Order: sequence, then structure tokens, then C-alpha cells
Amino acid sequence: MNKTIGRRNLSKSMLRLFWTVVLGLLAVTMITPFIWMLSASMKMPLDVMKLPIEWIPKYFYPDNYLKVWNIAGKGARDYHFGVAYANSLKIACINVLGSVLTSTLAGYAFAKIKFTGRNVLFLFYLATMMIPSQVTLIPKFVMFNKMGLMGTHLTLILPGMITITGTFLMRQYFMQIPDELRESARVDGANEYMIWARIMVPIAKPSMASLAIVVFLWNWNSYLEPLVFLSNWRMYTIPLALTNFIEESVTEYNLVMAAASSALIPAFVVFLLGQKFLVKGLVSGAVKG
Amino acid sequence: MKKENEKKRGLSRQAKTNLVGYSFILPNIIGVCAFTLFPMLFSLIISFTDWDYTKGIGNWNFIGIKNFITMWSDEWFTSALANTLIFVVGVVPTTVFLAMVLAAVIDKFCYAKLPVRMALFMPYVSNVVAVAIVWVMMYSPWGPFTRMVVALGVENPPQWLGDTKWALPAIMLMTVWSGVGYAVMIYTSAIQGLPKDVYEAADIDGAGEVAKFFRLTIPFLSPTTFFLIITTLISSFQVFAPIQIMTRGGPGTATNVLVYYIYTSAFTFYKMGYASAISWVLFVFLFIVTMIQWHGQKKWVSY
Repeated sequence: MNKTIGRRNLSKSMLRLFWTVVLGLLAVTMITPFIWMLSASMKMPLDVMKLPIEWIPKYFYPDNYLKVWNIAGKGARDYHFGVAYANSLKIACINVLGSVLTSTLAGYAFAKIKFTGRNVLFLFYLATMMIPSQVTLIPKFVMFNKMGLMGTHLTLILPGMITITGTFLMRQYFMQIPDELRESARVDGANEYMIWARIMVPIAKPSMASLAIVVFLWNWNSYLEPLVFLSNWRMYTIPLALTNFIEESVTEYNLVMAAASSALIPAFVVFLLGQKFLVKGLVSGAVKG
Repeated sequence: MKKENEKKRGLSRQAKTNLVGYSFILPNIIGVCAFTLFPMLFSLIISFTDWDYTKGIGNWNFIGIKNFITMWSDEWFTSALANTLIFVVGVVPTTVFLAMVLAAVIDKFCYAKLPVRMALFMPYVSNVVAVAIVWVMMYSPWGPFTRMVVALGVENPPQWLGDTKWALPAIMLMTVWSGVGYAVMIYTSAIQGLPKDVYEAADIDGAGEVAKFFRLTIPFLSPTTFFLIITTLISSFQVFAPIQIMTRGGPGTATNVLVYYIYTSAFTFYKMGYASAISWVLFVFLFIVTMIQWHGQKKWVSY
């Protein structure tokens, strides 16, 4: 009896080991493009195309990064990567702050304040969520041209300060907060603004963090809008600087890979630091039911 | 008397509540009106015109639904529509099914769950442009993907992105690769909420793992599957960046998709009216998907 249980446990852990190895291999396959990218970014130009593939470069050549970033006068020309980096960070941070603020405000009102027409307005909100950004792209292009904003970061910041999805997320969160909390604060003489700032915002911090991370990644990775609205390298964001880079140095694969690696770092840092919040943010959209 | 008093106070309080409520949503409403609602109406209007941007704003003729008719005899449009549908039909089921199996297997049979999930998730958070560039190199004759195919015994591997037959599947493969981790994450959190006692009962009845997966896990996960199918559908219909970076719609029309065609019609050829009309065709597809979602949520969400 004991023996069979022991055997079953053994075969069970063998099975686990087997699947762990299979999935481990799969995981390695999944990150192969990243490993190869990093390895190619450290190679001499000709070694990138050498076969069989040298996964660990024979000659390490970290100068690629100095060239891409034009540090210490290493670059043959300046690709203005630093400028693009700063631009991307600036836009992403402003939009994160702005959209978290507007979403928390509106989300709270839609969940808790019983103003006239709330349900109609909310339905209208639901409806606008269906409009794909491609429908509004051309009118925005015309509008920004008319307003003289074309080519500036305001074309990305003004629409980016509001996210309909974020408003939903925050409303969803505030819906589950019991009304008693708000009522007792009212009895103590607090008005809605004070309740929002002193009670609601502090307890909503985890949700706000989730939203902030999702919005950061959206902005960092956004491509179509910057491509249409920006035209000058001084204003370029990272994705545009990258595509521009390929067009200018298409044959220097080692440099291209160094540039691509550099572009991934901030998103990975945000992901690693805020992993829990990110997953929560993505899931809360999923299980709202 | 008392009641009346309350009513009076109630009314003025309601007005106050309204003001406060509106002040909370004001920034949001302004934003939605300025950058979604107004552009939407504008787009709808110009989709019925022959507007060429180079002729200037206002210099357009209303041509009724001509844009919506001529597009069906425009080979670029029909190929874009066909490619988009192939892309969607290929990417969505593959991503969702693969993710379901992976999430279940990882949850059940794996040591070191977190690193495996993180590895799967990495492509999702990566910059889409950087990822596309890396995959262009992956598919090059000396890239790891081509080398792997050669190692598997194929002597003359195709020029993936330069081959009419292979370009779209190559981009689809990359899209599945970058999207599967997100679906695994969503499934994982759903799996962790599955009722354990039902599985224990199945164990007592002697059900095998495969039987449990098909008879219990798949039905229990159906709301999550439904959600993932919808979100993946929507994002697949809107695929743009990989196409623009990897193939520019080519070779020929092999990878021309709807959003890419909207982009080139509007910002290369400045046919704003025509491009807007196509964007509304895209909207109709997304609208159908959303309607299915609203309808299906009631049906499928409770199990």
C-alpha cells in the first residue's frame, strides 16, 4: 500500500519534472529573439551574419552602444537617441499623471455621486469606447494642423490625458467601495472633493498604480499616432527614432540591435518593478464580468 | 410638513450634487468630446466626400456613398480586407488555445512557475517597433529562425518576409508569439479561482488529466476564453506596426491590411475621404465584435 503511494508520488514528480523541462525549453524559445538581440548588439559588424550563430560573441564589442548613443564622440553621426528617449519619457510621464488623475476623478463620480444624467452619460461613454483610434486619426490630423500643433508633443499629450478604459477601471474599483465610508465622512462635514482626496484616492492607490503602468506601456509603445503627428527628430519618440535609425543604417545590424536593446530597457524596468500591479490591471479588465 | 421640507432641501441638494458631479467628470468629458466625439462626426462626414487633402480644408464634394461602393472594386482594399480576415482567423484561435493549454499545464505540472510565465510575458511588454526589427533579423537568411528551420531539415528555406506566400504567416507567427503571454497571464488568474472541490471529486472518480482539462477546465474557463477572444479579435483587426515596419504591405499586396491601407491612403496619397470611408468599414467589423461581446456576456459569463 505504502509502496504504491510512493511510486505514484515518484511518477507524479517525474511527470512534473518532464513538463518543467518542456516548458523551460519553450520559455527559452520565447526569449530567443531577445537573447539573440543582446548577443548581436555586442558583436563586431561582420560577426552578426556569421554561421553557425555565435550565441556568445567571440569578440565583445560594447562600443556599439556608445556609437548608437553617440557617447564620447564615438558615433560616426548623431542619431539623437538621447533626445528621443527624453521625449518618450516626458510624454509617457505626463500622460500617466494626467490620465490617472482624470480617470480617478471621473471614475469616482460615475461610481458614487448620483448626479442627474449619470447613467445616460455613462452609456455614452461606453459607446465612445467602440470608436477605434483609426477612425479619429484623420480628423485629429486635420484638427492639429488647423490649430498649429502639428509636429509638437501636444498632439500626443492632449488626447493622451484622458483614457476611457482607465475611467472604466477606476469606476469598477470605486463601485465595490462601501457607501458607509463616504456617508460617515459626510456626517463629519467633508465635501465630495475632500472625500475624494483624503479617503478615496488613498484607498485606490493600488488600482491607480495598475492603471499608471498600463498607460505607461501604451505610451511607450505607441506607434501610429507619433508616426502621423511628428515629423522632426527633435520631437521623435523612441519608436520613431528606431525606425529612422534603421532607414539610415540599414546594414549595420549590430548597431540596429544595440538601438533596439536600448529601447526595451525602460519598459522592462517598469514591468519588473510593477509586475504585480500590471497583471492586476490587465486582469481587472478581464474578470469584471 | 416635514416631508415637504425634506423635498425642498432634497431638490437644492440635488442641484448641488449635480454641480459637484459634473465638475468631477468635466476634464474627461471635454477630452472625449474634443478627441473622440467631434473627430468621429467629422470622419463620418468626410467619408461621404471626395476630399483630397492637398486641395485644402472645405474644398470637397459630397459624393454620397460612392466611396463605400468603389472600394469593393479596388484591389488594394479587397486584398487588405482579405488579409486582415486571414490574419484575424489565424492569430486569434491560435493565441487563445495555445495560452489556455500553456496556462493549465504551467499551473498543474511545473516547477518554477513564475520565471516561465515571465518569459512568456516579456514580448508583450516590449516595444513593438524593437520587436518587429528583431524579427526582421530573425527571418533573415542568417537569422536564428531560418537557421532553426534549416536544422530541422528544410534545405531551401523561403525568404520569409520577401515571399508572397510566407510574408503574412511570418507576421502572424510573430503576433502569436508576442500576444500569448498576455493571454497566459489572464488565464492563470482565472485558473487560480477554479473550484478545487470539483477537481477533487473528479480525482476520486478516477478522471485523467486530459479528461479533466476538456470536461472541467475548458467549460469553467469559458468566460475568460470569451473575453480573450474578443480582445484579441479587436487588436488583430487593428494590426499596423509590424506590417509597416517589416513589409510595408508587400511583397505586392501580400501583407496589406486594413489599417495599413487607411494609413497609406490618407498620409501617402492624401485621399482623406476615401481613407475615412475605409476606417468606417473597420469600425463596422469592430462594432459587430463588440455587439457579440455585449450579447454573449449575459449568456456565457455565468457558468
